[in-house]
Amino acid sequence: MTETVVSMNNISYAYERKNVLENVNLEIPKGSFMGLVGPNGGGKTTLIKIILGLIRPDSGNIQLLGKNIDTFRDWNKIGFVSQKANAFNKGFPATVFEVVSMGLTAKIGYLKFFKAKHKQKILEAIEQVGMLEFAYQNIGNLSGGQQQRIFIARSLVNEPELLILDEPTVGVDAENVKRFYELLHRLNREQNITLLLVTHDTGTMTEHATDIVCLNRTLHFHGDPQTYTSLSEKDLSTIYGHPVNIVVHDH
Amino acid sequence: MLADFLEYDFLRNTFLTGLLIGIIAPLLGTFVVVRRLSLIADALSHVTLAGIAFGLFIEKKFAITFITPIYSGMAFSVIGSIFIEKLRGVYKAYQELAIPIILSGGVGLSVIFISLANGFNTDLFNYLFGSVSAVSVKDLYSILTISVIVLLLVGLFYKELFTLSFDEEHAKISGIHSKPIHFLFIILTALVIAASIRIVGVLLVSALMTLPVAASMRLAKGFKQMMFLSIAFGELAVIMGLISGYYFSIPPGGTIVVISIVILLLSIGIKKFKINRIRKQVNINGY
Repeated sequence: MTETVVSMNNISYAYERKNVLENVNLEIPKGSFMGLVGPNGGGKTTLIKIILGLIRPDSGNIQLLGKNIDTFRDWNKIGFVSQKANAFNKGFPATVFEVVSMGLTAKIGYLKFFKAKHKQKILEAIEQVGMLEFAYQNIGNLSGGQQQRIFIARSLVNEPELLILDEPTVGVDAENVKRFYELLHRLNREQNITLLLVTHDTGTMTEHATDIVCLNRTLHFHGDPQTYTSLSEKDLSTIYGHPVNIVVHDH
Repeated sequence: MLADFLEYDFLRNTFLTGLLIGIIAPLLGTFVVVRRLSLIADALSHVTLAGIAFGLFIEKKFAITFITPIYSGMAFSVIGSIFIEKLRGVYKAYQELAIPIILSGGVGLSVIFISLANGFNTDLFNYLFGSVSAVSVKDLYSILTISVIVLLLVGLFYKELFTLSFDEEHAKISGIHSKPIHFLFIILTALVIAASIRIVGVLLVSALMTLPVAASMRLAKGFKQMMFLSIAFGELAVIMGLISGYYFSIPPGGTIVVISIVILLLSIGIKKFKINRIRKQVNINGY
């Protein structure tokens, strides 16, 4: 049996009497690169918020790294890069190093200070995302794609087992999107970090993901990318509720 | 001129107090500015005025002297800061509403207590615009105590304060308790404001918290650098402001703020100059 990082059983959640999620069952196997797709308002962000413990589902239970979410304490094992990271306070005067150091704040704990070993870890995380030469630059001077790499480094500094990314490539240009996926690919295959990626960019994702999950209130599809791309347009339009085209990027 | 400050006791008290608030006001100000709460400092300083007026009132009417106006000012400021937090919770979509509510409330109470204490006098004038000569030894010690507490707590909780200021959502997800840390921050801000009023006065205290930060923001690359630069600018403004205020017999609040603005303009100018020079070099290199 393969280990599961996240296991959700019969999760339902309603917001203002509208069912956002209904009986969702999802297992994320360790080491997988899972792409989460689905129409807007299909519950993708809600699902992520439930995994992160930001909202409680109305029913169902969740296991994170083998522990029930209510007793789970290892939050630094779960990294999160939000879509909002793109629209963060641009003028905030912090260096790349300082931003990445914030990933360690909770782990180090109250009334304790940064030490030399932490500094080393921070620099390693910056190096992993290929941004070492920018370590002491102001984060505001970097491009959107570079900033997203820094936010990944902020999670990597905790050596996470699971990294959740909510539409991280919004507003990033095509060339950098490609490099961004290459970075994710490397983190997944070489460092065995499990990835859960929410995206609209199904084309690029299908080249890198190991699993694809399609969510519209309930799970409509869970399989490998090949099967997903071979889904007929008719199948997809049932999932999305309207006609869709998948754009496959051939190389 | 500086010799006078070392020679006369009352000037020395003022000078030492000035040096202390030159550190703690820009230090807290750094967090206040990046959290976009600059106006809260203004609201709190007006609540502090109400506390000071209350202190002057009971001093005059009931001859109670163990509660100095600084203490009552501090108490009001801290209570005001708690109210601001509560109001920000009530009006989640319009958090800035808390500022005019608390500010006008502070001014309203001040007017009532001032008239109950039989109106304006030099004491009150000193509290409004600051004073070179009004700092007693007792004031100096209470401000010294506050400064030690502020420096200690900011030092201990620096990484949490910084992390929360940058990205509250991410901080919460990673397991930082945002509410108690934010509460600590707002109480410290209230204390710093109350402590600074002796030197810069109610009307100008928020300037000493925000102007040095605004200046260093233009020049610093990182957060820590900005913090230390703000303190350097704050100290410079306080020292020059106190000396010139004494020399020209002007309340130091005015001179400190004007010098802060000069520093701010210079830093904007330096930044512009730097950018232009880079652009020129880029042009020469043909990019």
